[in-house]
Amino acid sequence: MPVQTTARLTDSELHERLERTWGHPKGVWGWFSNVHHTAIGIRFMVTAFIFFLLGGILAAVMRTQLAFPENNVLGPDRYNQFFSVHGSTMIFLFAVPMMFQGFGVYLVPLMCGARNIAFPRLNAFSYYIYVGGGLLLWIGLLLNVGVDTGWFSYVPLSGPQFTPGKRADFWAQMITFTEVSALGVAVCIATTILRYRAPGMTLNRMPILLWEKLVVSIAVIFAMPAVMVASSLLLLDRLVGTQFFNPAEGGDVLLYQHLFWFFAHPDVYIIFLPGTSIVSTLVAVYTRRHIFGYTPIVISMIATAFLGFSVWVHHMFATGLPPLGENFFTTATLMIVIPTAAQFFCWLATMWNGKLQFKLPMLWLFGFLFVFLIGGLSGVMLASVPVDLQVHDTYFLIAHLHYVLIGGAVFPMFAGIYHWFPKITGKFLNEALGKIQFWLFFVGFNVTFFTMHFLGLRGMPRRIYTYAPELHWSGLNLLASSGAVFMAVGTLVFLWNVGSSLYGGAIADINPWAAGSLEWGVPSPPPSYNFLYIPTVNGREALWSAVANQPVVTGLRTDIQEMLVTHSLDSEPQYREETAGASIWPFLTAVAVSAAFVGSIFTAWAVPIGAVPVTIALIAWLWPRGSSSTSKRATALEPLAYER
Amino acid sequence: MNGLASAAIKMAGLRGAAWALDPRIEPGRHAALRPAGPESARIEWLYWVIFWICLVVFVLMMIGFARAARISSTSVSDRAILEDPQGDRRSAWGVGIGLGITTLALFVVLVFSIAEGRPIEGVATQNDVTIEVTGHQWWWEVAYPNSEADLRITTANEIHVPVGERIAVVMKSGDVIHSFWAPNITGKRDLIPGYASAISFQVDTPGTYHGQCAEFCGLQHAHMGFSVVAESKREFEAWQRQQLQSAIEPSEPETKRGRQVFLTHACVMCHTIRGTTAASQMGPDLTHVASRNRIAAETLPNTPGALAGWILDPQSIKPGNHMAANALAGDELEALITYLESLK
Amino acid sequence: MRTQSALLAGLIGVVVAGVGVSCRREDRILRQPPTASATLNTVQMSGLNAGANPAPQPPVPNIYEESAYATSEGQRLYEQYNCVGCHAHGGGGMGPALMDENWIYGSDPANVFATIMQGRPNGMPSFRNRIPEYQVWEITAYVRSLSGLLPKDVAPSRSDEMNVKPSESSTPRQTPTGITGTPEPKR
Repeated sequence: MPVQTTARLTDSELHERLERTWGHPKGVWGWFSNVHHTAIGIRFMVTAFIFFLLGGILAAVMRTQLAFPENNVLGPDRYNQFFSVHGSTMIFLFAVPMMFQGFGVYLVPLMCGARNIAFPRLNAFSYYIYVGGGLLLWIGLLLNVGVDTGWFSYVPLSGPQFTPGKRADFWAQMITFTEVSALGVAVCIATTILRYRAPGMTLNRMPILLWEKLVVSIAVIFAMPAVMVASSLLLLDRLVGTQFFNPAEGGDVLLYQHLFWFFAHPDVYIIFLPGTSIVSTLVAVYTRRHIFGYTPIVISMIATAFLGFSVWVHHMFATGLPPLGENFFTTATLMIVIPTAAQFFCWLATMWNGKLQFKLPMLWLFGFLFVFLIGGLSGVMLASVPVDLQVHDTYFLIAHLHYVLIGGAVFPMFAGIYHWFPKITGKFLNEALGKIQFWLFFVGFNVTFFTMHFLGLRGMPRRIYTYAPELHWSGLNLLASSGAVFMAVGTLVFLWNVGSSLYGGAIADINPWAAGSLEWGVPSPPPSYNFLYIPTVNGREALWSAVANQPVVTGLRTDIQEMLVTHSLDSEPQYREETAGASIWPFLTAVAVSAAFVGSIFTAWAVPIGAVPVTIALIAWLWPRGSSSTSKRATALEPLAYER
Repeated sequence: MNGLASAAIKMAGLRGAAWALDPRIEPGRHAALRPAGPESARIEWLYWVIFWICLVVFVLMMIGFARAARISSTSVSDRAILEDPQGDRRSAWGVGIGLGITTLALFVVLVFSIAEGRPIEGVATQNDVTIEVTGHQWWWEVAYPNSEADLRITTANEIHVPVGERIAVVMKSGDVIHSFWAPNITGKRDLIPGYASAISFQVDTPGTYHGQCAEFCGLQHAHMGFSVVAESKREFEAWQRQQLQSAIEPSEPETKRGRQVFLTHACVMCHTIRGTTAASQMGPDLTHVASRNRIAAETLPNTPGALAGWILDPQSIKPGNHMAANALAGDELEALITYLESLK
Repeated sequence: MRTQSALLAGLIGVVVAGVGVSCRREDRILRQPPTASATLNTVQMSGLNAGANPAPQPPVPNIYEESAYATSEGQRLYEQYNCVGCHAHGGGGMGPALMDENWIYGSDPANVFATIMQGRPNGMPSFRNRIPEYQVWEITAYVRSLSGLLPKDVAPSRSDEMNVKPSESSTPRQTPTGITGTPEPKR
């Protein structure tokens, strides 16, 4: 078959051919076979947002229960399930999937100038596994098997003696699902960033968001195995009868805490660093200048991720570890403030010498600065062991963690959604509704969570389903619960905004914000092949430094899905390779793996029996595709060239 | 220090915050910022130092961002990209100085934290009073050990200490992780199965201080309170002598009948009353139950009505706790309450 | 987009249908009325009867056997009421083993219940009026789980206690005697 060349094709002819090759498959079968990163990225974001809403509903019911002393909206068992599933949902099913997986999978290939993500089938598989884990946890909650031991499920409470039934098993297995999913996406994103960048995008010219996703991918790869070990050992103790956490038989209760927090502290940076890169990206766009301190910001992100692995014991200061050890972790925890402070100062400097456009995303960014700064400063208080010994495991801590997580992730998330919604959907979100949502959410959030600082200092511990009126916590609790109403209404306004914009919003053109990164060089929404021609890059903001006749790469095949692989450091083109197209096997493999994982909660036979469909699915997935690859046809291929 | 803080906050216009920080509570209502002894006083001082540093940082940063956020009149159609190398050079100095100040402030926090941490976390080998606390789901077993076995005091949920003396509490857990926290007195310490832990404190202001379990431990974590009663040395020793006695022999027929009810129903399966044949270690020791201020781990006041309700149906008050309901006829219950209320 | 909406709707439908059904295994019945039961009078202790064989009675179900929480409570109560004093952790001692297939007075839930409530000759005390009835049912469920009569997902897993014997991997290898015919060395 003669090789198709792109020479002498008009843009519309090229578009037609690429659409044929790259077009998203149709129908139900096609929906499950789609492995293109834009589709999977949208699915990650939508699914994560649904879990955000579900977790928020749980929180609303919890706040209703706590609004009055000795209330009976929820009994102790239900309340324990609600707060445990709320925390698990927000951290495992919303924060990481939205901030890292959702934004990452959608934006990274576009910002790199690539047509798809690396390992697209692994990417799709990661999405379906994530959905499996979420379904496991939530169907569990609806069937009264919701985890009731907290989002970190300390042993021995979650061990075989004190949590009967399958609740903790559902939770521990959900961890397995979500961490396999995160590891898969981390591999895809890291590979994309290192090998699929457009020519000219050296490491020194990479957008900050790409640097952040690379750093976070590596953090994920190092952190996730620790929680896998913790949850797997818990499952073994519960289901098999091992003694890892049984002190009577030589096991250790604190081992679980170390393993868990060794993962969970880097996890919060995995959640927070994507927020900072959104801030860096948006601050540059909306102040009409390059971000100040590109190198310090990149180094700060690397330092934060690295130091994030050295602070986990600050979650365990009350356990009575030796003071010298605790002081080491206080030092590390205070040190990690410095890179984040550097980022704050760089943003401040960018704004100081820039022309600020007060678009809606900037409103959310200022909200982020306010909220996250309070959270970070209360974190400095918590880093100090004596103060932590008073406020650990109290509502002060709940205030801190919500300030840093909602401030550090949810506010940048909304900023990012308002910024990239025109690109993803081709429609603008309504600014007026957005402002209403912001103020409702911001005011409600601060009323709810600032109050909790005082409750903690007054002695209210966390995870209590009710309290006595004599303790004088009633007024503050009622205040905190009333703030939650505003947050809920604000979120409803947002949903209305999204719904009405999708069906009747103003049409967005290619680059409404005059931003500089490569995703703003493709139509809104992007076509199935992303880039008509692979771009080249002259500077840190690709579109701002593009010249009138900016070269593009021509010569990639239009009859198969072909990608340009470039060098990791200087992004020189190295070779071309075919990438995987649509395939049903990631979905089917995920179903088989989910069945094996869920079955193993109930019987050990699920492991050998479940391995059979998994093996079959993997074999089908990895079956070699034949000779559409290029080696024998090398001489007949159109050479890659820079044109225009 | 507290008054200064609330005065300052009032001046800053945050009246609500001042109210929350300095309500009109008498000692005994818990709050981490109303210290009753040197340990919590140290923590309170350290808290305010860090708080003021953080507040200054926050205000400066907000002023900075407010200044930086002066809205430009440029519309989005102006696509020109700004370059300001001179401004950037000044910013580089600014960022550097900011980082330097940040590092210095953090270092100050670190030094103070380590300095204040040492006296708080240390436990001396010689203490005036040593108390053993064992955490159970969902009550506190309290014992005053003694080298002579018959001088060992066992009680539950209510800890008495003499004012002005050094107290050491040795803690262990009987089942899951709990956390011993009396915010007026000192920071918390987890009770972890397989580990023994010790804290040391001193209470200088007499009063009754509330404490609560601060590590999630199951269905009734919310109702696992305890109290620390700090009293004069004389009162403390009188209390100790009283606790060492066996249960008061009932003299009235109603009280005798009450003891009979106790010994012939489910009560003996779980509770000890020294001086009777009831010697089970499963639940709290009731030998001097009437001397306590509250019952059911600080959940209910120690009144006959509350006690009766608790005995008849503990699951409606603390659903999921380990005490079962008791089917007692009205007169049996009355006699039992009379007996228990006589156990001072 | 339409496919996605359809899938989402289908998922919500499944989930809503599941809401009404809760998992019996996870039931936590926290409030129990301390009622008396007539079970004791109808339990058949043995297969010996004077006269004609009576009609077989339907077995009395133990609703607590469906709940893992109740069985786990039985495990807790078994230890806290000192059943371990005579029966150890199922291996027996002064009292008979409970982990084996020998049930002197029957293994049906009603039989075990009656044994605990009434007491038995040779040392089994009667716990009537001492242990509330629902707790006796919970202990019954646990005792039956000790010899494997309960489904695996309901029966409690290991407890956080010391094992009675050290694990096999930490006991020294012992040469079995009698197999090769080598007599034991005389002391």
